[in-house]
Amino acid sequence: MQVAAVKEYAGTPRDGVENFHGNQLLYIGWDDHLMFCAPLAFPFPPTLRFGDIVEKVLPGAYGYHPDWARIDWSKVEWLKSGQPWTPHFNRTLAENGLGHKDVLRFRTPGLTGIQGSCS
Amino acid sequence: MSKVFIALQTNDDTRPIIESILADNPHALPVESPAMVKIDAEGRLTVKRESISERIGREFDLQELHTHLISLSGHIDESDDEFTLHWND
Amino acid sequence: MDMQVPKKKLGLKERYTLMTRDLAWDTTYQPKEKVYPYADYEGIKIHDWDKWEDPFRLTMDAYWKYQAEKERKLYAIIDAYSQSNGHLGVTDARYLNAIKIFLTAVTPLEYMAHRGFAHVGRAFPGAGARVACQMQAIDEMRHAQTQIHSLSNYNKYYNGFHDAPHMFDRVWYLSVPKSFFDDAITAGPFEFIVSIGFSFEYVLTNLLFVPFVSGAAYNGDMGTMTFGFSAQSDEARHMTLGLECIKFILEQDPANLPIVQRWIDKWCWRGVRLLSIVAMMMDYMLPKRVMSWKEAWEIYFEENGGALFKDLARYGIKMPACAEQIRQEKEHLSHQVWSAFYNYSGATDFHTWMPTEEEMQWLSQKYPDTFDQHYRPRFEFWREQQQKGNRFYNKTLPMLCQTCQIPMLFTEPGDPTKICYRERDYKGSKYHFCSDHCQHIFDNEPEKYVQAWLPVHQIYQGNCFPEGSDPTAPGFDPLAAVLEHYRLNAGRDNGDFEGSEDQRNFEAWRGMAKRND
Repeated sequence: MQVAAVKEYAGTPRDGVENFHGNQLLYIGWDDHLMFCAPLAFPFPPTLRFGDIVEKVLPGAYGYHPDWARIDWSKVEWLKSGQPWTPHFNRTLAENGLGHKDVLRFRTPGLTGIQGSCS
Repeated sequence: MSKVFIALQTNDDTRPIIESILADNPHALPVESPAMVKIDAEGRLTVKRESISERIGREFDLQELHTHLISLSGHIDESDDEFTLHWND
Repeated sequence: MDMQVPKKKLGLKERYTLMTRDLAWDTTYQPKEKVYPYADYEGIKIHDWDKWEDPFRLTMDAYWKYQAEKERKLYAIIDAYSQSNGHLGVTDARYLNAIKIFLTAVTPLEYMAHRGFAHVGRAFPGAGARVACQMQAIDEMRHAQTQIHSLSNYNKYYNGFHDAPHMFDRVWYLSVPKSFFDDAITAGPFEFIVSIGFSFEYVLTNLLFVPFVSGAAYNGDMGTMTFGFSAQSDEARHMTLGLECIKFILEQDPANLPIVQRWIDKWCWRGVRLLSIVAMMMDYMLPKRVMSWKEAWEIYFEENGGALFKDLARYGIKMPACAEQIRQEKEHLSHQVWSAFYNYSGATDFHTWMPTEEEMQWLSQKYPDTFDQHYRPRFEFWREQQQKGNRFYNKTLPMLCQTCQIPMLFTEPGDPTKICYRERDYKGSKYHFCSDHCQHIFDNEPEKYVQAWLPVHQIYQGNCFPEGSDPTAPGFDPLAAVLEHYRLNAGRDNGDFEGSEDQRNFEAWRGMAKRND
């Protein structure tokens, strides 16, 4: 059953990529750092270089946390839809195969938040 | 046996109602909170019109309970003389 | 109440029959299917509507009499409360922020419930059910009105109370209650009555109206206490209607069981997610506390809901599938939700703050297995930073669950250190969920939930700026524009309680109340 309805019924998704003025949505979560209560949502053009997210956008979003400055980016592990994934920093989102509403998580080994509480 | 409960506001009108319920249901336990009382009872709890009328010195209509009720649980069986809450298990 | 009760000519049962079923008639100009077009499409089979009976046997005449009596009591108290500057008697102005949430998140739901019950009262072919739904529709309207009247007194003195209906349709966190009720009133009449009448009223509203309202009394808020208990006296009747409907539907045809069970699973979960904000109001926003969220949950859901589902087992109804997950979440819910509102306090119509050391001790004692380990370090860090003038605000919008629309703040069952992520591809698009249960709800009716109006996505689509804004203009500040669209006064209504205008005013006025200058 797709929906219970008195007659034929189809919904129009409200969040198609065409509604975002040339951007696509990307969700990013930092594992073990629940001070940021939920993963973050960003609208990015598909032509954005992946490295620019890490170098120019995420510091503004996560820089408040004392662990941020301690991250060793060579050791960071990435997950895409929960599966291990390797980004190419010098390629664009599209070239990295990232589509609209993809979700990424990154793990920073050795860093477990305020007093090890995963906050 | 599961518990049923009735919760009432605590005020001048409900004092005799609460007294009657506790007298008619010796197995019931009142739990007081600010501004209210919750009366828990194993299995079944009965509110009797007669007992309340006796205490307040006039005829009481069981539907007057609606004015003071906060909450309840269980199936309801209501007649002119008795208002009963119960579970069927 | 001093009412003389005349000797009755008719017993309760006869009077009920005469005043409900005997006033109904069968249509002859139009076939029944045309008069009740929504009665069949959900798949619920009803063979005999006359088997339906209101256990309270309340008739319209008695209904008006008792409701009028309740109104007289209520308004006498509200008048006395405002005439005596009762607002200065609340324990602390922090408390009022819980009441702002009540006005913006709960009161509009009362009005939506009014619309829903008016609709199903028209849609049901049975006279007994129609009369009960009609009374409930009037009750719900009364609740919306009495809440607005009671709380308007606070709007004279404190920030954030000024535009609840406008905010309800726009502000990000209010899409959670709004979409919950939109989901219910756009369902058929039987799903509506199971969702609101049974799952919400019977299983869950006690948690809001009983311990929270008792908490309002404890904190000196006579206005909220009075409308809360006055509303809850109607809820007792609504709960009874909800339970009666479930029994009636299940007794009518065995084929109804799987449909009803799916609705119970869905709506208990949706209701639990909706009430997560009440968990935080109880544990963090009442300066004097009656009981913890966890204790209230154990009394009203586990004990009382447990008895209910045990009783319904004879129809084949099982405890909702989500029961085990919510049993685990009761240890974490209020702390996680308070954290989220602390993150996004820049975009709400109420203030947040960090608990004092004394309050943290209470939380440790009430949540010995979780608070010190998972939440205290985060809260102490935030408190230190706030005291240094570096209060934390999350400035990036969060990812939301497609079904409940809450930020994805809930952790994996069994692992409170990891956010729970679930996703689904449907017709070439990705959808994300906070939990298995929200995903299952989507899976059952994807065509409904793909249309979700998710506030974060709407902001990024440019749909939440004041009319005439030009987001491409130099210096355009999107956050300021969104707050303006919400009619939220940045710097007054939002942010930390410490240093707020509410805090200063309350302190000054309470001081004046004790002096003659």
